[in-house]
Amino acid sequence: MFQVRIHGRGGQGVVTAAELLSVAAFGDGHFAQAFPSFGSERTGAPVMAFCRIDGGRIRTREPIVSPDALIVLDATLLHQVDLFSGVTPDGYVLLNSSRGFEELGLADMLRSHSSQRLMAVPATELALTHTGRAVPNAVLLGGFAAMTGAVSLDAVVMAIRERFKGDVAEGNAAAATEAYGLVARQREVHSGAPTA
Amino acid sequence: MLRQLEGSRAVAEAVALCRPEVVCAYPISPQTHIIEGIGSLVKSGALTRCEFINVESEFAAMSVCIGASATGARAYTATASQGLLYMIEAVYNASGLGLPIVMTLANRAIGAPINIWNDHSDAMAVRDAGWVMLFAETNQEAVDLHLQAFRLAEELSMPVMVCMDGFILTHAFEAVEVPTQQQVDVFLPPYEPRQVLDPLEPVSIGAMVGPEAFEEVRYLAHVKQLQALDLIPEIAAEFAGTFGRRSGGLVSTYRSEDAETVVVALGSVLGTIKDAVDDLRERGTRIGVVGIGSFRPFPTAAVRSALGSATRVVVVEKALAPGVGGIVARDVSMAVAGLPVRTHAVIAGLGGRPITKEALTRLFETAAADALDALTFLDLDRGLVERELERMARRRRSGPTAENVLRDVGIVSARVP
Amino acid sequence: MPLQPVKFYQTGSFAVGNRLLPLEQRSVQADTERTNSLNSGHRACQGCGEALGARYALDAAMRASNNKMIAVNATGCLEVFSTPYPETSWRVPWLHSLFANAPAVATGVAAALKAQGRSDVRVVAQAGDGGTVDIGFGCLSGMFERNDDVLFICYDNEGYMNTGVQRSSATPPAARTATTEAVGPEPGNVFGQGKNVPLLAVAHEIPYVATATVSELRDLEYKVHRAMAMHGARYIHVLVPCPLGWQSASNDTVHLARLAKETGLFPVFEAEHGEITGVSKIRRRLPVEQYLERQGRYRHLFGPTPRPDVVERIQAMADRNIRRFGLLDEDEDPDPDETLPVGAGPGAGPGAGPGAGPGAGPGAGPGAGPGAVVPSAGEPGPGEG
Repeated sequence: MFQVRIHGRGGQGVVTAAELLSVAAFGDGHFAQAFPSFGSERTGAPVMAFCRIDGGRIRTREPIVSPDALIVLDATLLHQVDLFSGVTPDGYVLLNSSRGFEELGLADMLRSHSSQRLMAVPATELALTHTGRAVPNAVLLGGFAAMTGAVSLDAVVMAIRERFKGDVAEGNAAAATEAYGLVARQREVHSGAPTA
Repeated sequence: MLRQLEGSRAVAEAVALCRPEVVCAYPISPQTHIIEGIGSLVKSGALTRCEFINVESEFAAMSVCIGASATGARAYTATASQGLLYMIEAVYNASGLGLPIVMTLANRAIGAPINIWNDHSDAMAVRDAGWVMLFAETNQEAVDLHLQAFRLAEELSMPVMVCMDGFILTHAFEAVEVPTQQQVDVFLPPYEPRQVLDPLEPVSIGAMVGPEAFEEVRYLAHVKQLQALDLIPEIAAEFAGTFGRRSGGLVSTYRSEDAETVVVALGSVLGTIKDAVDDLRERGTRIGVVGIGSFRPFPTAAVRSALGSATRVVVVEKALAPGVGGIVARDVSMAVAGLPVRTHAVIAGLGGRPITKEALTRLFETAAADALDALTFLDLDRGLVERELERMARRRRSGPTAENVLRDVGIVSARVP
Repeated sequence: MPLQPVKFYQTGSFAVGNRLLPLEQRSVQADTERTNSLNSGHRACQGCGEALGARYALDAAMRASNNKMIAVNATGCLEVFSTPYPETSWRVPWLHSLFANAPAVATGVAAALKAQGRSDVRVVAQAGDGGTVDIGFGCLSGMFERNDDVLFICYDNEGYMNTGVQRSSATPPAARTATTEAVGPEPGNVFGQGKNVPLLAVAHEIPYVATATVSELRDLEYKVHRAMAMHGARYIHVLVPCPLGWQSASNDTVHLARLAKETGLFPVFEAEHGEITGVSKIRRRLPVEQYLERQGRYRHLFGPTPRPDVVERIQAMADRNIRRFGLLDEDEDPDPDETLPVGAGPGAGPGAGPGAGPGAGPGAGPGAGPGAVVPSAGEPGPGEG
């Protein structure tokens, strides 16, 4: 089972991100479960959502305490909320930021984690470019696909098109695809070998 | 066709497939997506011959259902928690009148303190109102139970509520097989009322009944619940035959045949429990699960039979009878009365407190070692409790308990002096 | 048929056999073929105004709907005395659910009929003042706002009579009830601002609102007919004296209802879509004493320790109604600025054409209290437009 925890603030599409991820996983032929964790609801409040992906039916309903991957939509959460609780040394972390891990004060992480599993993507900027709106959720899923391989880019794009219509769908799909490319190239650089 | 979608959306589509004629609802978290879904289907014309009414309160919602059902229409509504309490007079009225209304209860805690997250206190508040109460373990089962609910309600002339855990199921995306209209039409024929308001054959419905006949009328309601004990498995079996999957029924069992310790629960927590049970089985513990699908009527015989050979029973429940303990646990104790089985009540998940596999595993190990108390509050923070009790002992004007505890937890900002 | 006060009395009785009228103008009750919706044998008190009103109203509704009608009843006197177990006196399809939900239940019945394609079957809901103005008000307002196809009839006997005569928000000032006893410096019910549900119904802008009393039963029948010719939310508020609660003679019921109108304490009017379309004028104005003296619930205002000050205040209420609704003909009148604007129609006050009447502008004139402003056609009222 592959467990993903998504962090962000209300209004950034955290819950939608988890749902889209689950739809993408389903599209790839997996079983997937996505659900939100609501705190006191208001725009800007920290929000969490979860997604489990597995080859068989998923029965458990507990929140994800040991995520295999973390997606962070808002870097301002980094030193405010205990984001990394439960993340193991070989866990994936995908941040929405144009800055690097060291700049963000996460040098420690760089030392303990595999560099191929720690990525930052300027998702908000990509979203603005492709859709005109600063909503980074779908974009990050493209990066996530490249980073973990847990879902395919095709499935992510299909999920986006199923959920959104017209320009919003195409813009997000394009941004996700660009994020995928960015992360794929970063992985190549880190590993010195081309990725699939 | 198998689809990945939100539980609420799946239920909305399932209800629409049942061809309801009057749907009314008042919004309350976490039921909103269900009602929005049905509303959209009516407004877009996808669901025809259905009146969708935005009412001004939950009390009005159940009342509209009562009027509609008495007029021979298939009626549906949904609510949760506070909304259920607000309509409770009408809830009793509906079952007293024998009207086959179907309602989704998106289980949510009852305040005060106000809490929008999942537990079963709302369902427990109406357990003796005379409604049939079915609990869904997964979103697939939630979908399936609504079909079975309309069938059951109309055959019995009794209202049925389908309970599904708020947020945990309603807001979860997972794979669900939503039936086709054809399949549903075969399974669920048009509603043929036992009593109906008809100008051609006028009847008075809702007359006062005095001491001379009240007991008999109520006894007949009791009889109907007992009839449901037979009808529920019948309908579930027919469902399995038609749709090719098991859903509903009085109880479900998992690895319980040779179990010494059996865990009993309602609703979605059964999934997490099964994962914990698998882990323990791997370590050699003889442990199993009994899920109660029909909470009302309480399947006493089926529960007794499923628990008969166990040494101990651990009832994990999401509700509390203050001053007493477990609610489901008491029904279970009654079911196994006279048998050499010890029943343990475990109160867990109140107000949406997550029930983790880890906590359950420790709990079950403790039980298996015969070290579990008769009543346990899972994951209770005794420190918080002690601090508030101490505050209350120190001065009379100790302040609102909820706010005090929240401040200790660090959620509420310090009081402005 | 226009609102036409038939000044028709048979000596010694208020019978409505009206053999002197042409067939088409006879009342429903004169017809041996009428439904007799509320059959005899019910357990109402002798002289019950509600039983009288309900029979007339429902028979008229049945005739108007070609006998295709479903009645929804709230808990109350009417429901209790009409269905004493194991009997029912209803000859129409009838549903009683709860005290507070008659409007919502009726909404459900109407919705079911619509979904089934049977909108030729009409829905009438009925309740006492308690089930309408107090505990039923939320559901009533919801039904009005949605414009559900229901005729709601309130039988107002100004108190919770079935439970022992307790005060409701329809209880008039100074009246004695079990929860507003005639003791202390302010005996009886308090002088509040009242709760004029007919005007609240008008404010909901529903297709039809009317008030009526059981002293003018043909008028009541006419109004029910009128209402049944329309669709959407409709409301009729009927004053029904209660000998038990009002402590009046059981043979005085119809007379008292007439006095309520003739003193000005109970304005009789019709309204459509938020505008008053007609008032029933007072024929011979009477001082409020003549009405109050006949009821034991006001006895503390007379007798050994009289309260002329209270009577005066009640008289002022009547005076105000007369002014606001234009209940008197020309010569006796009023401060024109205080008259509620009335659309064209028989019985309308002077200068009260549509949009042109005195006080018909936005905001109305001085002295008009809250709720007194009824925007004329095409003109925005306060807070609108």
